[in-house]
Amino acid sequence: MVMGYADPFETLFAFQRALENRLSSDWLGTTTAAMGAYPPVNVFQQGDDLVAIVELPGVNKEDLNIQAKENTIRIAGQKTIEYPENVSLHRRERLSGVFDRTLVVPMQIDPDRIKAEYNDGLLALFIPRAEKDKPRTIEVR
Amino acid sequence: MADQQELQVQQKREVDKGQEATTPTRAFMPNADIFDTEDALTVVLEMPGVDRDNINISIENGVLTVEGKINFAKYEGLQPVYSEYNVGPYRRSFRISSRIDQDKISAEMRDGVITLMLPKAEEAKPRRIEVRTA
Repeated sequence: MVMGYADPFETLFAFQRALENRLSSDWLGTTTAAMGAYPPVNVFQQGDDLVAIVELPGVNKEDLNIQAKENTIRIAGQKTIEYPENVSLHRRERLSGVFDRTLVVPMQIDPDRIKAEYNDGLLALFIPRAEKDKPRTIEVR
Repeated sequence: MADQQELQVQQKREVDKGQEATTPTRAFMPNADIFDTEDALTVVLEMPGVDRDNINISIENGVLTVEGKINFAKYEGLQPVYSEYNVGPYRRSFRISSRIDQDKISAEMRDGVITLMLPKAEEAKPRRIEVRTA
C-alpha cells in the first residue's frame, strides 16, 4: 500500500482497511507461542526491513526490557499506575501489571542492529533483515 | 501485589457513532480512569500514538469531550504484514456532574496518557455544615 496525502480521510480509511486485512494474519505462522498476549503488536514491512509498533501507553522507559537473539525478540516489563491518596474512584478501566512476550520473526534478522524507540506510548522496533537473507537478483549471462 | 498481575490485552472499543458519519473511518474510545478529590476531578485517558499537539479538549453544556488525532505521517512507507490492533483517532465524552472552573482546567501528556485536572468551582466544593444546638 502506498500512502498518499491527497485526501487524509481516504488515506486513513485505506490504512485502517489494510490493518484490518492483516488482522491476525498467518505471517507469524505458528512460530509465536504468545499470540494475543499483551502488549498488542503490529508488524510492517519497510523495504527489506521490518518495523514492529507496539501499543504500550503509560509505561516508564526504564521499566521496559527488550532483548533480541537470533530471530526472537522479547518485550518484557511492567506498567504501574499510581493513584493519589484520598480519592474516590469513579471509573477504573486502565490496567496495570507485568508483561512478557516473545515474538519469533519468520525471517532472518540482524539482532545486533535492532533499534527501539518509545514515544507517545508507542514502542517502535526497527528490525533489519539479515544481509544474507535479503533477496538477490541473479544475473542471467 | 496487584501490580504483579499479568497484563491482559484490552480490545479497543470503537466509538458509538450515534449518527452515521460522513467518513467511513473508525475512531476509538480511550480507556479512562476518573477520580475525584475535594478540589478537583481528574480524568486520565490512554491514547497511544497521540502527541500533545493533536489533542482537543472542550466542555460544552456540562459535557467534557477529549479528542486525539494520530499523525499518520509516521506510517508512511510502511506496509502492514501482521496486525493485532487498529489505529485511528480517539474520542470520548463524559457528562460532568460537578461545577468545574473552566478557566483552570489543565492537562498533561506523557507516554500516550493524558491527565486532565478539572478544578471544581468554589460553589461546588463540599462544605461542612455545622449543626447548631437550639
